[in-house]
Amino acid sequence: MRTIRLQVNGQPVVREIPDNRLLVDFLRYDLDLTGTKEGCSVGVCGACTVLLDGQPVSSCIVLAVIVDGCEVTTIEGLAQGDRFHPLQQAFIEYGGFQCGICTPGQIMAAKALLDGNPYPSKEEIQTWMMGNLCRCTGYYKIIESIQAVAKGKVAP
Amino acid sequence: MISFTYLEPVDIDEALATLARYGDEAKVIAGGTGLVNLMKQRLVQPTYLIGLRRLAGLSGMHYDGTLQIGALCTHRMIETSMLVRNHVPLLAETFRQVASVRIRTMATIGGALAHADPNQDPPPAFMVLDARVRLRSQQRTREVAIGEFFTGYYETVVAPNELITEVVIPSPLADSGATFVKFLPQTHDDYATVAVAAQVTLDGDRIAEARVALGAAAATPLRATAVEDALRGQVPTPTVLREAAVLVADAVDPTSDFRGSAPYKRDMAVVFVRRALAQAAVRARAGRGTA
Repeated sequence: MRTIRLQVNGQPVVREIPDNRLLVDFLRYDLDLTGTKEGCSVGVCGACTVLLDGQPVSSCIVLAVIVDGCEVTTIEGLAQGDRFHPLQQAFIEYGGFQCGICTPGQIMAAKALLDGNPYPSKEEIQTWMMGNLCRCTGYYKIIESIQAVAKGKVAP
Repeated sequence: MISFTYLEPVDIDEALATLARYGDEAKVIAGGTGLVNLMKQRLVQPTYLIGLRRLAGLSGMHYDGTLQIGALCTHRMIETSMLVRNHVPLLAETFRQVASVRIRTMATIGGALAHADPNQDPPPAFMVLDARVRLRSQQRTREVAIGEFFTGYYETVVAPNELITEVVIPSPLADSGATFVKFLPQTHDDYATVAVAAQVTLDGDRIAEARVALGAAAATPLRATAVEDALRGQVPTPTVLREAAVLVADAVDPTSDFRGSAPYKRDMAVVFVRRALAQAAVRARAGRGTA
């Protein structure tokens, strides 16, 4: 067991965890932040994407002990009270999700993109998002949703 | 997930002492993108896991005629570094093609080398750049040429008490051009069906030296020396490049898998060596390294 101290969605968290705890399990089972979904479990599908110090990672292949001292942002950290983040609003308005399982990962990946590059081209969006799989194959709408935010079409 | 005891040395001396004590029963972890998957599948079951994240001295890059990249630099750092782009643009071009941004954020260059999956992208680029890998143990520091670093499928020369500390890359020669091309018939973030790095150095109209290396083509990344020898002193016309590229078919030893059958990969190695050489020659003529 080890004690880790980190920021999760802006809040300080101190927890004792087993050495082999995965970040996705730490978030879902230790912190009850079940918005983050586990898909492939091997770092390929993007469903479990969270931000680690602002950068996107697959939380299913990250050990929780190595995020000690870091800042983790999950889908639960985006809305301000009952006001959605522009990306969440855009995914609703532009049909960016169907079954919804991949959506938290899609939105977190898109947030990392727009935080570093607020006005990406369509090609930059496609390149960045290509590792986030959608088994409903709703890719066009996901790209449109992100473009809508980049073009300021969604009220913040 | 298997059980293990996680150890976190605070500096390199403690890390080397920990490795000296537990090396045989331990695995070193940086980003974990390779190792965690191997542990999940129980292919690797270390008693101790030695985390390197506190070793701040291994996460820098500097340039003093050669580019030195600390083992803890992530793929994303190398992809986006201006130092890399200015001095060894082939590396920026190669690293931005690795997997997805989520992997590049976590995966370190030291971890990738130690992982030694023959399908990885950086090793062929390191091979045409004549990179060296610096290793440290409590007893000594040594440098190993990248061509001698990989000894087999997921195997390297790194001893259980050694740590990869830096990758050292000489500046590409003037009048040279290089490229890295990756054949991806399935998805953009997949490992390649075949990957080729090529560097062509011109002396006037003729090739003074060509270097060609491949990933995903055998149990280890490999240099295609027969192709290189055939090109020396030649004018890089399409015919010359095509005839030289054919020679790679005897150098590769691919395995059949869901990325293609062995004969198909062999054919594609020829095609992509030719394309890489053509691109590198264009860049050498334009005198601009990589684009």
